[in-house]
Amino acid sequence: MSLWPIYIITYQIFYNKLGPEPVDRIINHFGEWTLIFVLLTLSMTPLKKITNSLEWIKFRRMLGLFTFFYASIHMLSYVGLDYRFDFETLINDVLKKKFIFIGFSAWLLLIPLAITSSDKMVKILKKNWKKLHRLVYIISIFGVLHFIWLSKTIFFKPLIFLIILIILFLFRINFKKFNLS
Amino acid sequence: MKKFKHSEITPEKIYNKRRSFIRSMGYGLGTIALSSVPLINAKANNSNEPTSYEDITTYNNYYEFGTGKSDPHRRAKNFTTKPWSVKIEGEVEKSLELPIEEILAIKSEERILKLRCVEGWSMVIPWLGFSLSELLNKVQIKSTAKFVEFETVYNPEKMIGQRYPTLNWPYIEGLRIDEAMHPLTTVVTGLYGKPLPNQNGAPLRLFIPWKYGFKSAKSIVKIRLTKNMPNTAWKNASPREYGFYSNVNPEVDHPRWSQATERVIGESILAPRIKTLMFNGYGDEVAHLYTGMDLKKNY
Repeated sequence: MSLWPIYIITYQIFYNKLGPEPVDRIINHFGEWTLIFVLLTLSMTPLKKITNSLEWIKFRRMLGLFTFFYASIHMLSYVGLDYRFDFETLINDVLKKKFIFIGFSAWLLLIPLAITSSDKMVKILKKNWKKLHRLVYIISIFGVLHFIWLSKTIFFKPLIFLIILIILFLFRINFKKFNLS
Repeated sequence: MKKFKHSEITPEKIYNKRRSFIRSMGYGLGTIALSSVPLINAKANNSNEPTSYEDITTYNNYYEFGTGKSDPHRRAKNFTTKPWSVKIEGEVEKSLELPIEEILAIKSEERILKLRCVEGWSMVIPWLGFSLSELLNKVQIKSTAKFVEFETVYNPEKMIGQRYPTLNWPYIEGLRIDEAMHPLTTVVTGLYGKPLPNQNGAPLRLFIPWKYGFKSAKSIVKIRLTKNMPNTAWKNASPREYGFYSNVNPEVDHPRWSQATERVIGESILAPRIKTLMFNGYGDEVAHLYTGMDLKKNY
Protein backbone atom coordinates (compact mmCIF):
# COMPACT_ATOMS: atom_id res chain seq x y z
CA MET A 1 0.00 0.00 0.00
CA SER A 2 2.82 2.35 0.86
CA LEU A 3 4.24 1.79 -2.60
CA TRP A 4 1.12 3.19 -4.23
CA PRO A 5 2.83 6.48 -5.23
CA ILE A 6 5.44 4.47 -7.15
CA TYR A 7 2.74 2.54 -9.02
CA ILE A 8 1.03 5.78 -10.02
CA ILE A 9 4.18 7.31 -11.47
CA THR A 10 5.26 4.11 -13.24
CA TYR A 11 1.83 3.86 -14.83
CA GLN A 12 1.93 7.50 -15.87
CA ILE A 13 5.43 7.20 -17.35
CA PHE A 14 4.51 4.17 -19.43
CA TYR A 15 1.20 5.54 -20.63
CA ASN A 16 2.52 9.04 -21.18
CA LYS A 17 0.10 10.55 -18.69
CA LEU A 18 2.49 12.85 -16.87
CA GLY A 19 1.21 15.90 -18.70
CA PRO A 20 3.02 18.79 -20.32
CA GLU A 21 5.68 19.19 -17.64
CA PRO A 22 6.59 15.60 -16.64
CA VAL A 23 9.70 16.36 -14.58
CA ASP A 24 7.90 18.95 -12.51
CA ARG A 25 5.05 16.50 -12.05
CA ILE A 26 7.36 13.77 -10.75
CA ILE A 27 9.11 16.10 -8.31
CA ASN A 28 5.84 17.46 -6.94
CA HIS A 29 4.26 14.01 -6.76
CA PHE A 30 7.00 12.61 -4.54
CA GLY A 31 7.22 15.81 -2.53
CA GLU A 32 3.55 15.63 -1.64
CA TRP A 33 3.77 11.95 -0.78
CA THR A 34 6.72 12.65 1.50
CA LEU A 35 4.57 15.09 3.42
CA ILE A 36 1.66 12.65 3.53
CA PHE A 37 3.96 10.01 4.98
CA VAL A 38 5.48 12.29 7.58
CA LEU A 39 1.97 13.22 8.71
CA LEU A 40 0.94 9.55 8.77
CA THR A 41 3.99 8.77 10.89
CA LEU A 42 3.01 11.51 13.31
CA SER A 43 -0.57 10.22 13.46
CA MET A 44 0.33 6.88 14.97
CA THR A 45 0.90 8.04 18.54
CA PRO A 46 -2.36 10.04 18.73
CA LEU A 47 -4.20 7.07 17.19
CA LYS A 48 -2.70 4.81 19.82
CA LYS A 49 -3.98 7.08 22.59
CA ILE A 50 -7.40 7.53 21.05
CA THR A 51 -8.07 3.88 20.30
CA ASN A 52 -6.09 2.55 23.25
CA SER A 53 -4.52 0.05 20.89
CA LEU A 54 -0.83 -0.57 20.45
CA GLU A 55 -1.33 -1.86 16.91
CA TRP A 56 -0.58 1.56 15.46
CA ILE A 57 2.94 1.79 16.81
CA LYS A 58 3.96 -1.22 14.73
CA PHE A 59 3.50 0.88 11.62
CA ARG A 60 5.31 3.94 12.88
CA ARG A 61 8.82 2.88 11.94
CA MET A 62 7.75 1.60 8.53
CA LEU A 63 5.97 4.85 7.77
CA GLY A 64 8.97 6.84 8.95
CA LEU A 65 11.26 4.92 6.65
CA PHE A 66 8.88 5.48 3.77
CA THR A 67 9.01 9.18 4.53
CA PHE A 68 12.77 9.03 4.10
CA PHE A 69 12.38 6.89 0.99
CA TYR A 70 10.04 9.35 -0.75
CA ALA A 71 11.99 12.37 0.46
CA SER A 72 15.08 10.84 -1.15
CA ILE A 73 13.31 10.19 -4.46
CA HIS A 74 11.90 13.73 -4.34
CA MET A 75 15.36 15.18 -3.76
CA LEU A 76 17.05 12.91 -6.32
CA SER A 77 14.54 13.71 -9.04
CA TYR A 78 15.20 17.41 -8.44
CA VAL A 79 18.98 16.97 -8.42
CA GLY A 80 19.23 14.37 -11.18
CA LEU A 81 16.22 14.65 -13.41
CA ASP A 82 15.71 18.40 -13.33
CA TYR A 83 19.19 19.79 -12.79
CA ARG A 84 21.31 16.93 -14.20
CA PHE A 85 23.67 16.96 -11.24
CA ASP A 86 24.69 20.51 -12.13
CA PHE A 87 26.08 21.02 -8.64
CA GLU A 88 27.18 24.60 -9.09
CA THR A 89 23.61 25.69 -9.81
CA LEU A 90 22.24 23.36 -7.16
CA ILE A 91 24.49 24.61 -4.37
CA ASN A 92 23.58 28.14 -5.36
CA ASP A 93 19.90 27.19 -5.14
CA VAL A 94 20.26 25.58 -1.72
CA LEU A 95 22.02 28.62 -0.31
CA LYS A 96 19.96 31.34 -1.99
CA LYS A 97 16.42 30.01 -2.10
CA LYS A 98 15.00 29.63 1.35
CA PHE A 99 12.41 27.00 0.39
CA ILE A 100 15.12 24.77 -1.07
CA PHE A 101 17.38 25.40 1.92
CA ILE A 102 14.72 24.33 4.39
CA GLY A 103 13.65 21.35 2.29
CA PHE A 104 17.22 20.15 1.95
CA SER A 105 17.77 20.61 5.70
CA ALA A 106 14.71 18.47 6.39
CA TRP A 107 16.14 15.71 4.21
CA LEU A 108 19.53 15.91 5.96
CA LEU A 109 17.83 15.63 9.34
CA LEU A 110 15.98 12.53 8.16
CA ILE A 111 19.25 10.68 7.54
CA PRO A 112 20.23 10.09 11.21
CA LEU A 113 16.68 8.97 11.93
CA ALA A 114 16.77 6.43 9.11
CA ILE A 115 20.19 5.16 10.20
CA THR A 116 19.11 4.71 13.81
CA SER A 117 15.80 3.07 12.96
CA SER A 118 16.87 -0.49 13.71
CA ASP A 119 16.21 -2.31 16.99
CA LYS A 120 19.93 -2.51 17.58
CA MET A 121 20.27 1.24 17.48
CA VAL A 122 17.34 1.65 19.85
CA LYS A 123 19.23 -0.48 22.34
CA ILE A 124 22.57 1.21 21.80
CA LEU A 125 21.24 4.74 22.09
CA LYS A 126 18.83 4.00 24.93
CA LYS A 127 17.24 7.22 26.12
CA ASN A 128 19.06 9.30 23.54
CA TRP A 129 17.18 7.45 20.83
CA LYS A 130 13.94 9.05 21.87
CA LYS A 131 15.55 12.47 22.06
CA LEU A 132 17.10 12.05 18.63
CA HIS A 133 13.86 10.92 17.09
CA ARG A 134 12.07 14.00 18.35
CA LEU A 135 13.79 15.60 15.37
CA VAL A 136 10.76 14.44 13.43
CA TYR A 137 8.86 17.44 14.81
CA ILE A 138 11.37 19.86 13.34
CA ILE A 139 11.49 17.87 10.09
CA SER A 140 7.72 17.98 9.71
CA ILE A 141 7.64 21.74 10.31
CA PHE A 142 10.44 22.23 7.77
CA GLY A 143 8.62 20.03 5.27
CA VAL A 144 5.39 21.96 5.48
CA LEU A 145 7.23 25.31 5.39
CA HIS A 146 9.05 24.07 2.30
CA PHE A 147 5.69 23.60 0.59
CA ILE A 148 4.26 26.92 1.80
CA TRP A 149 7.31 28.92 0.72
CA LEU A 150 7.44 27.47 -2.75
CA SER A 151 3.85 28.52 -3.44
CA LYS A 152 3.37 31.80 -5.26
CA THR A 153 0.48 33.04 -3.15
CA ILE A 154 -1.80 31.47 -0.58
CA PHE A 155 -2.43 28.03 -2.00
CA PHE A 156 -4.95 25.50 -0.79
CA LYS A 157 -2.88 22.32 -0.51
CA PRO A 158 0.01 23.58 1.65
CA LEU A 159 -2.54 25.05 4.05
CA ILE A 160 -4.25 21.67 4.41
CA PHE A 161 -0.92 20.11 5.35
CA LEU A 162 -0.28 22.91 7.83
CA ILE A 163 -3.68 22.48 9.47
CA ILE A 164 -3.24 18.72 9.84
CA LEU A 165 0.24 19.23 11.26
CA ILE A 166 -1.08 21.71 13.82
CA ILE A 167 -3.83 19.29 14.84
CA LEU A 168 -1.29 16.50 15.29
CA PHE A 169 0.85 18.78 17.44
CA LEU A 170 -2.15 19.85 19.53
CA PHE A 171 -2.86 16.21 20.36
CA ARG A 172 0.59 15.91 21.86
CA ILE A 173 0.34 19.05 23.96
CA ASN A 174 -3.01 18.01 25.38
CA PHE A 175 -1.88 14.56 26.29
CA LYS A 176 1.11 15.91 28.15
CA LYS A 177 -1.12 18.07 30.31
CA PHE A 178 -3.39 15.11 30.81
CA ASN A 179 -0.48 13.05 32.08
CA LEU A 180 0.64 15.71 34.49
CA SER A 181 -2.68 16.08 36.25
CA MET B 1 16.50 -8.40 33.21
CA LYS B 2 16.21 -5.51 30.86
CA LYS B 3 12.63 -4.61 30.26
CA PHE B 4 11.32 -3.57 26.86
CA LYS B 5 8.24 -1.54 26.38
CA HIS B 6 5.71 -3.31 24.25
CA SER B 7 6.11 -0.72 21.55
CA GLU B 8 9.79 -1.52 21.20
CA ILE B 9 9.25 -5.16 20.37
CA THR B 10 8.65 -5.74 16.72
CA PRO B 11 6.56 -8.77 15.75
CA GLU B 12 8.57 -11.19 13.67
CA LYS B 13 6.45 -10.79 10.58
CA ILE B 14 6.97 -7.06 10.45
CA TYR B 15 10.61 -7.48 11.42
CA ASN B 16 11.24 -9.65 8.38
CA LYS B 17 9.20 -7.47 6.12
CA ARG B 18 11.20 -4.47 7.20
CA ARG B 19 14.46 -6.19 6.33
CA SER B 20 13.33 -6.82 2.80
CA PHE B 21 11.79 -3.40 2.62
CA ILE B 22 15.03 -1.66 3.55
CA ARG B 23 16.85 -3.78 1.03
CA SER B 24 14.41 -2.93 -1.75
CA MET B 25 14.58 0.71 -0.73
CA GLY B 26 18.33 0.59 -1.27
CA TYR B 27 17.85 -1.02 -4.67
CA GLY B 28 15.25 1.54 -5.60
CA LEU B 29 17.42 4.52 -4.77
CA GLY B 30 20.41 2.93 -6.47
CA THR B 31 18.46 2.32 -9.64
CA ILE B 32 17.22 5.87 -9.73
CA ALA B 33 20.71 7.26 -9.22
CA LEU B 34 22.15 5.02 -11.94
CA SER B 35 19.39 5.55 -14.44
CA SER B 36 19.85 9.29 -14.27
CA VAL B 37 23.52 9.12 -15.32
CA PRO B 38 22.84 9.13 -19.10
CA LEU B 39 20.66 12.21 -18.58
CA ILE B 40 23.70 14.39 -18.01
CA ASN B 41 24.64 14.18 -21.65
CA ALA B 42 21.18 14.47 -23.14
CA LYS B 43 20.72 17.36 -25.55
CA ALA B 44 17.76 19.71 -25.50
CA ASN B 45 15.74 20.69 -28.48
CA ASN B 46 16.04 24.47 -28.75
CA SER B 47 14.17 24.85 -32.02
CA ASN B 48 11.18 27.12 -32.18
CA GLU B 49 8.75 24.31 -32.97
CA PRO B 50 5.29 25.33 -31.78
CA THR B 51 4.04 23.55 -28.66
CA SER B 52 1.06 21.25 -29.26
CA TYR B 53 -2.45 22.72 -29.24
CA GLU B 54 -3.33 20.36 -26.41
CA ASP B 55 -0.50 21.54 -24.16
CA ILE B 56 -1.14 25.21 -24.92
CA THR B 57 -4.80 24.85 -24.01
CA THR B 58 -4.55 22.55 -20.98
CA TYR B 59 -1.51 23.93 -19.15
CA ASN B 60 -2.38 27.47 -18.11
CA ASN B 61 -1.72 29.93 -15.35
CA TYR B 62 -4.99 31.82 -15.08
CA TYR B 63 -5.71 32.28 -11.40
CA GLU B 64 -9.17 33.67 -12.08
CA PHE B 65 -10.10 30.03 -12.68
CA GLY B 66 -7.92 28.51 -9.95
CA THR B 67 -4.26 28.06 -9.17
CA GLY B 68 -3.83 24.58 -10.70
CA LYS B 69 -2.45 24.39 -14.23
CA SER B 70 -5.40 22.32 -15.45
CA ASP B 71 -8.04 24.39 -13.60
CA PRO B 72 -8.55 26.97 -16.39
CA HIS B 73 -9.13 24.26 -18.99
CA ARG B 74 -11.70 22.52 -16.79
CA ARG B 75 -13.41 25.55 -15.32
CA ALA B 76 -13.47 28.09 -18.15
CA LYS B 77 -15.81 26.04 -20.34
CA ASN B 78 -18.95 27.94 -19.34
CA PHE B 79 -17.35 31.36 -19.32
CA THR B 80 -19.30 33.69 -21.62
CA THR B 81 -17.42 36.21 -23.73
CA LYS B 82 -20.47 37.74 -25.36
CA PRO B 83 -21.55 40.46 -25.01
CA TRP B 84 -18.16 42.04 -24.38
CA SER B 85 -16.71 45.48 -24.79
CA VAL B 86 -13.40 47.15 -24.07
CA LYS B 87 -13.11 50.66 -22.66
CA ILE B 88 -10.16 52.85 -23.50
CA GLU B 89 -10.00 55.71 -21.02
CA GLY B 90 -7.77 57.84 -18.78
CA GLU B 91 -5.33 60.30 -20.33
CA VAL B 92 -7.09 60.43 -23.68
CA GLU B 93 -8.95 63.24 -25.43
CA LYS B 94 -12.14 61.21 -25.59
CA SER B 95 -12.82 57.83 -23.94
CA LEU B 96 -13.99 55.07 -26.18
CA GLU B 97 -15.99 51.89 -25.61
CA LEU B 98 -15.48 49.35 -28.34
CA PRO B 99 -17.72 46.31 -28.82
CA ILE B 100 -15.64 43.13 -29.12
CA GLU B 101 -16.94 42.52 -32.66
CA GLU B 102 -15.30 45.74 -33.79
CA ILE B 103 -11.95 44.75 -32.28
CA LEU B 104 -12.06 41.24 -33.70
CA ALA B 105 -12.69 42.80 -37.11
CA ILE B 106 -9.20 44.30 -37.08
CA LYS B 107 -7.02 42.19 -39.33
CA SER B 108 -5.14 39.54 -37.34
CA GLU B 109 -1.96 37.82 -38.50
CA GLU B 110 -0.19 34.72 -37.26
CA ARG B 111 2.63 35.53 -34.84
CA ILE B 112 4.68 32.59 -33.61
CA LEU B 113 6.07 33.84 -30.31
CA LYS B 114 7.69 32.25 -27.31
CA LEU B 115 6.06 32.43 -23.88
CA ARG B 116 8.43 32.30 -20.91
CA CYS B 117 6.74 31.87 -17.55
CA VAL B 118 8.36 33.29 -14.43
CA GLU B 119 8.12 29.76 -12.97
CA GLY B 120 10.82 28.59 -15.35
CA TRP B 121 9.02 26.94 -18.26
CA SER B 122 8.34 28.00 -21.84
CA MET B 123 6.08 27.31 -24.82
CA VAL B 124 6.09 28.44 -28.43
CA ILE B 125 2.63 29.60 -29.44
CA PRO B 126 1.26 30.40 -32.90
CA TRP B 127 -0.90 33.33 -31.83
CA LEU B 128 -3.35 35.27 -33.97
CA GLY B 129 -3.32 38.98 -33.34
CA PHE B 130 -2.23 42.48 -34.18
CA SER B 131 -0.11 45.20 -32.59
CA LEU B 132 -1.64 46.95 -29.60
CA SER B 133 -0.65 50.28 -31.18
CA GLU B 134 -3.37 49.73 -33.82
CA LEU B 135 -5.96 49.64 -31.07
CA LEU B 136 -4.48 52.55 -29.11
CA ASN B 137 -4.39 54.68 -32.25
CA LYS B 138 -8.19 54.65 -32.22
CA VAL B 139 -8.04 57.25 -29.45
CA GLN B 140 -6.09 60.46 -29.11
CA ILE B 141 -3.58 59.94 -26.34
CA LYS B 142 -2.67 63.00 -24.28
CA SER B 143 1.01 63.82 -23.85
CA THR B 144 0.55 63.37 -20.09
CA ALA B 145 0.06 59.62 -20.56
CA LYS B 146 3.18 57.76 -19.49
CA PHE B 147 1.82 54.27 -18.78
CA VAL B 148 -0.93 51.95 -19.96
CA GLU B 149 -2.92 49.87 -17.51
CA PHE B 150 -4.88 46.74 -18.45
CA GLU B 151 -7.75 45.44 -16.39
CA THR B 152 -9.12 41.91 -16.52
CA VAL B 153 -12.85 41.33 -16.14
CA TYR B 154 -14.15 40.84 -12.58
CA ASN B 155 -16.81 38.16 -12.53
CA PRO B 156 -16.52 35.90 -9.44
CA GLU B 157 -19.73 34.13 -10.41
CA LYS B 158 -18.10 32.64 -13.47
CA MET B 159 -14.49 32.92 -12.37
CA ILE B 160 -14.22 30.69 -9.32
CA GLY B 161 -10.67 31.75 -8.51
CA GLN B 162 -11.80 35.33 -7.91
CA ARG B 163 -13.79 34.17 -4.89
CA TYR B 164 -10.50 33.60 -3.05
CA PRO B 165 -7.98 36.29 -2.11
CA THR B 166 -5.08 34.71 -4.02
CA LEU B 167 -4.51 38.12 -5.62
CA ASN B 168 -6.18 41.52 -5.44
CA TRP B 169 -8.96 41.24 -7.98
CA PRO B 170 -9.47 42.43 -10.64
CA TYR B 171 -6.12 41.57 -12.17
CA ILE B 172 -4.18 44.66 -13.19
CA GLU B 173 -1.20 44.72 -15.50
CA GLY B 174 0.66 47.55 -17.14
CA LEU B 175 3.33 48.74 -19.52
CA ARG B 176 5.28 51.91 -20.12
CA ILE B 177 3.76 53.74 -23.07
CA ASP B 178 6.73 53.05 -25.38
CA GLU B 179 6.54 49.36 -24.50
CA ALA B 180 2.82 49.37 -25.23
CA MET B 181 3.42 51.00 -28.62
CA HIS B 182 6.13 48.51 -29.61
CA PRO B 183 4.99 46.45 -32.62
CA LEU B 184 5.74 43.15 -30.80
CA THR B 185 3.20 44.01 -28.08
CA THR B 186 0.33 41.98 -29.42
CA VAL B 187 -3.42 42.02 -28.91
CA VAL B 188 -4.26 38.32 -29.16
CA THR B 189 -7.53 37.18 -30.76
CA GLY B 190 -6.75 33.50 -31.38
CA LEU B 191 -4.20 30.72 -31.65
CA TYR B 192 -3.51 27.89 -34.09
CA GLY B 193 -5.80 29.67 -36.57
CA LYS B 194 -8.79 29.31 -34.23
CA PRO B 195 -10.61 31.78 -31.99
CA LEU B 196 -8.95 32.24 -28.60
CA PRO B 197 -10.04 29.47 -26.15
CA ASN B 198 -11.49 30.70 -22.84
CA GLN B 199 -8.65 29.22 -20.81
CA ASN B 200 -6.13 31.24 -22.81
CA GLY B 201 -7.79 34.58 -22.08
CA ALA B 202 -10.77 34.95 -24.44
CA PRO B 203 -12.07 37.07 -25.94
CA LEU B 204 -9.08 39.37 -25.88
CA ARG B 205 -5.69 39.21 -24.25
CA LEU B 206 -2.30 40.77 -24.54
CA PHE B 207 0.97 39.07 -25.35
CA ILE B 208 4.35 40.68 -24.66
CA PRO B 209 6.95 38.11 -25.75
CA TRP B 210 10.01 39.62 -24.03
CA LYS B 211 8.37 39.72 -20.59
CA TYR B 212 7.39 36.95 -18.19
CA GLY B 213 3.96 35.52 -18.95
CA PHE B 214 2.10 37.17 -16.10
CA LYS B 215 2.64 40.59 -17.72
CA SER B 216 0.26 39.56 -20.50
CA ALA B 217 -3.20 40.29 -19.08
CA LYS B 218 -6.13 38.11 -20.12
CA SER B 219 -9.83 38.77 -20.86
CA ILE B 220 -9.31 42.52 -20.88
CA VAL B 221 -12.22 44.92 -20.30
CA LYS B 222 -10.38 48.18 -19.66
CA ILE B 223 -7.34 49.89 -21.08
CA ARG B 224 -6.45 52.98 -19.09
CA LEU B 225 -3.76 55.50 -20.00
CA THR B 226 -2.18 56.87 -16.86
CA LYS B 227 0.35 59.40 -15.59
CA ASN B 228 1.73 57.08 -12.91
CA MET B 229 3.08 53.57 -12.89
CA PRO B 230 0.14 51.15 -12.46
CA ASN B 231 -0.01 49.06 -9.29
CA THR B 232 0.17 45.73 -11.06
CA ALA B 233 -1.23 42.54 -9.52
CA TRP B 234 1.89 40.50 -8.85
CA LYS B 235 4.02 43.47 -7.86
CA ASN B 236 1.25 44.32 -5.44
CA ALA B 237 1.28 40.77 -4.03
CA SER B 238 5.06 40.58 -3.58
CA PRO B 239 7.14 43.56 -4.75
CA ARG B 240 10.45 41.88 -3.95
CA GLU B 241 9.65 38.98 -6.25
CA TYR B 242 7.91 40.66 -9.16
CA GLY B 243 8.97 43.98 -10.60
CA PHE B 244 6.96 46.27 -12.84
CA TYR B 245 9.17 45.58 -15.87
CA SER B 246 9.58 41.81 -15.44
CA ASN B 247 11.62 41.48 -18.60
CA VAL B 248 12.91 37.97 -19.16
CA ASN B 249 16.43 38.16 -17.77
CA PRO B 250 18.57 35.08 -17.04
CA GLU B 251 20.86 37.15 -14.82
CA VAL B 252 18.23 38.34 -12.37
CA ASP B 253 17.12 35.44 -10.20
CA HIS B 254 13.67 35.26 -8.78
CA PRO B 255 13.82 34.49 -5.03
CA ARG B 256 12.05 31.21 -5.72
CA TRP B 257 13.29 30.09 -9.13
CA SER B 258 16.58 30.43 -10.93
CA GLN B 259 15.91 32.24 -14.20
CA ALA B 260 19.07 31.03 -15.95
CA THR B 261 17.36 28.03 -17.53
CA GLU B 262 13.89 26.89 -18.49
CA ARG B 263 12.00 23.68 -19.14
CA VAL B 264 10.35 23.33 -22.55
CA ILE B 265 6.71 22.27 -22.27
CA GLY B 266 5.83 19.09 -24.13
CA GLU B 267 9.39 17.76 -24.12
CA SER B 268 10.02 14.23 -22.86
CA ILE B 269 11.06 13.39 -19.35
CA LEU B 270 14.63 12.96 -20.62
CA ALA B 271 14.98 16.43 -22.13
CA PRO B 272 17.16 18.78 -20.08
CA ARG B 273 16.50 22.44 -19.38
CA ILE B 274 17.56 24.97 -21.99
CA LYS B 275 19.32 28.28 -21.42
CA THR B 276 17.05 31.28 -21.02
CA LEU B 277 17.84 34.16 -23.36
CA MET B 278 17.88 37.86 -22.45
CA PHE B 279 14.53 39.42 -23.38
CA ASN B 280 13.41 35.87 -24.21
CA GLY B 281 15.41 36.11 -27.43
CA TYR B 282 13.76 39.35 -28.63
CA GLY B 283 16.67 41.59 -27.61
CA ASP B 284 17.35 42.85 -31.14
CA GLU B 285 13.83 44.23 -31.30
CA VAL B 286 13.36 45.58 -27.77
CA ALA B 287 16.71 46.17 -26.02
CA HIS B 288 16.74 49.83 -27.18
CA LEU B 289 13.70 50.51 -24.98
CA TYR B 290 15.92 50.09 -21.93
CA THR B 291 19.19 51.78 -22.85
CA GLY B 292 20.77 53.41 -19.83
CA MET B 293 18.53 51.51 -17.40
CA ASP B 294 19.93 49.19 -14.74
CA LEU B 295 17.85 46.10 -15.41
CA LYS B 296 19.05 44.46 -12.20
CA LYS B 297 17.38 47.23 -10.23
CA ASN B 298 14.45 47.67 -12.59
CA TYR B 299 13.57 43.99 -12.67
